[in-house]
Amino acid sequence: MEEVRIGVFVCDCGSNIAGFLDVPEVVTYARTLPNVVFAKENLYSCSETGITEIKNGVKENNLTRVVVASCTPRTHEPTFRSACVEADLNPFYFEMVNIREHCSWVHMQDREKATDKAKDLVRIGVAKAALLEAQESIVANVNTRVLVIGGGVAGLTAAVSFSRRGFEVVLIEKERKPGGRLNDLYMLYPYNIKASDVIEQKISDATSSPLIEIHTSSVIKSVKGYVGNYEVCVDVDDGKSLDISCGVIVVATGASVLEPWGLYNYDGQNIITQLELEKRLKRGDLSVGSIVMVQCVGARIEKRNYCSKICCMTAIKNATLIKEANSGTNIFILYEDIQCYGVEGEALLRKAKEVGVRFVNCDTAKPPAMGDRSIKVYHQALGREVELRYDLLVLSTPMIAREDATALSRLLRVPTDESGFFLEAHVKLRPIDFATDGIYLCGSAHWPADVRESISQAMGAVARASIHLTRGFVEVDPIVSTLADEDLCVGCGLCAALCPYGAIEIIETPKGKKANMISVACKGCGVCGSTCYHRAIKMNHFSNEQISAQIAAVAGS
Amino acid sequence: MAKDVLVIGGGVAGIQASLDLADAGFHVLLVEREPSIGGKMAQLDKTFPTNDCAI
Repeated sequence: MEEVRIGVFVCDCGSNIAGFLDVPEVVTYARTLPNVVFAKENLYSCSETGITEIKNGVKENNLTRVVVASCTPRTHEPTFRSACVEADLNPFYFEMVNIREHCSWVHMQDREKATDKAKDLVRIGVAKAALLEAQESIVANVNTRVLVIGGGVAGLTAAVSFSRRGFEVVLIEKERKPGGRLNDLYMLYPYNIKASDVIEQKISDATSSPLIEIHTSSVIKSVKGYVGNYEVCVDVDDGKSLDISCGVIVVATGASVLEPWGLYNYDGQNIITQLELEKRLKRGDLSVGSIVMVQCVGARIEKRNYCSKICCMTAIKNATLIKEANSGTNIFILYEDIQCYGVEGEALLRKAKEVGVRFVNCDTAKPPAMGDRSIKVYHQALGREVELRYDLLVLSTPMIAREDATALSRLLRVPTDESGFFLEAHVKLRPIDFATDGIYLCGSAHWPADVRESISQAMGAVARASIHLTRGFVEVDPIVSTLADEDLCVGCGLCAALCPYGAIEIIETPKGKKANMISVACKGCGVCGSTCYHRAIKMNHFSNEQISAQIAAVAGS
Repeated sequence: MAKDVLVIGGGVAGIQASLDLADAGFHVLLVEREPSIGGKMAQLDKTFPTNDCAI
C-alpha cells in the first residue's frame, strides 16, 4: 500500500485568521499528527503565491494528500483542488478545514480557545485526509432536444431562440392555443405596442419553424431522468400520451391573476379587474363617464405580502389610453405607493398626469370604503374624506402563482417559494437556473414579470441551457452514492423513496431486486447512505470509514 | 465566421457573460477600463435581499 504523506497548509487570511488565533502554533501542532510530513503557514493560501507554495510543497515533499486550513469550501475548495491537479495529484486527495468561519470569526474574543479549536479541526481534517480516495468525474452525453413547458410569450421566445441555435424543441401548452396572457391584453407599456402584434409574430415564428413541435391542450404527467437525459410523459390533446426524450427543460408556465371575490364588492360587471378592463379595451366596447381604479387590491397584505410589480404601470397605461381616446372620461387612481421604475415609467406617470388622470394617495390606516356606485376615500392632500362616483370600478390585483404550479414542481422535483412561485437556484448567482441541473425558469412562473422581462429571461434561460447542449456532455462532481456491496442490498427501496433527486431506481437483477444509482442525477446529499440499514450504500468522499475516523479524532486529542 | 467573443466591461454582468460563453466553449476576450475587474459589485459590502457578501 502506498505511503500516506499529508501536507497541511494553514492560512493567515491576512489578519482575518492570524489576527485572532495563533497560526504558528497550529502549524507546529499539525506536524505532530499522524501521516503529516509537512506543514506551512501561508499569508493568503488562495493567492497566486499561496497556490505556488502548495504546489511546491507537494512536489518537494512527495505529498500524497493536501489539507488546507483556511476559509469556507464554498468559495475556495475548487481553487485548492485545481492546485492539486496542477501538482499531479487527484483533486479528491484534498481536504479543507474551515478555521475562519468556525474559529477566528466566531471566537474573536478568545484567542486561546480559538487556537485550540483550530487544532481540533485540523486534527479531524488530517484523520479524514489519510483515508481519502481518488475520484474520477462522471461524464454523460446530452440529448440536444429541448422541452419548453408553457406557450406564452416567455415559452414561445425560448422555443424560437433554441430553434435559431439549431436545437429541436417540443413545446407543451395547457390551453387550446398558444399565446398565454398576451392573448387577453390590449396594448403593452411603455411604447403602446399591440399585444396581439407581439404574440402573433411569436406564434408565427414558432409554428413556421421546422424544428419546433407544438402540443396544445397538453399536460405533463411524469418526469424522469437527469440533466442531458430527461424522459417526460405528456397527455396530449387527442387523449393519447406522448413520451418525450430531452436534454434540458425550460419552465415558462406563467401566472394567474387574482380574482378579488369579497373585496370592494367585486362582481366582474361594473367592478372588474385590470385584466378584465384590458379585455374590454381590446374588444373596444368601453364607453363610461367615470372610472375609479384601486391599486394593490389583495396585494401587500399579510396573506399575500409581495408587490406584483406590473400593476402600477398597467393602471397608468390603461388610464392614459382611455383618457387620450375620450378626454371627457373622469379617471381617478387610488394608491398607497406608486412604483414606476426606470426612465420610461416615470415619463408615463408624468404623461398620465398631463392628460388629466387624477391620483389620490390613500392612507393605509384609512382604506377606501364602498358607497352606492361610489367609493369613499380619505384624501391625504385635502385632509378630508372625498366621495368619488364611478360607472366602472377597476381593481388592480396581483399576479398569483398558478394552482397547478405545485403539482408541476413535484413532478420536476424543483422548489416553489412561500407564495407558490417557482424558486430559482440562487437569487443573485443563478437567477434563471433551478437547483436541479438542466431545468431553467423564465417569465411570471418565477415572479410577476412584464413582457420585456419575460423575453429577457427566456433568452437568458436559452443561453444558460445551451451551455450543456453545445458541449454535448455533462461532467458531474463524483461525490455521489454508489452501491458498494450489491450482496448487502435487499432491494427494500427505502433509498429510492427518500432520494430527493430521483437518482435511485430499484431494478430486477439475477440476484433479485437491487438499488441502481444514476450517478449523474445524484447530488451527493447522503440521505440514501445514512438510511441504508444494510450499509450497502457508500457515499464517495464521505464514506463511513472516513466519517468514523473524523469522529474518533474529535475524541482523541 | 470567427468564434471569439469580445466582452466590454468587467463588472458582474460582463464577468457572468464571459463565464457562460467560456463554459459554452467560446474563447472570450474581456476588456475592462479599470486596473482590476469586479466593477461596482466588488466595492459593495452586503447585497440585498440575502445579505450575501458582494465580493
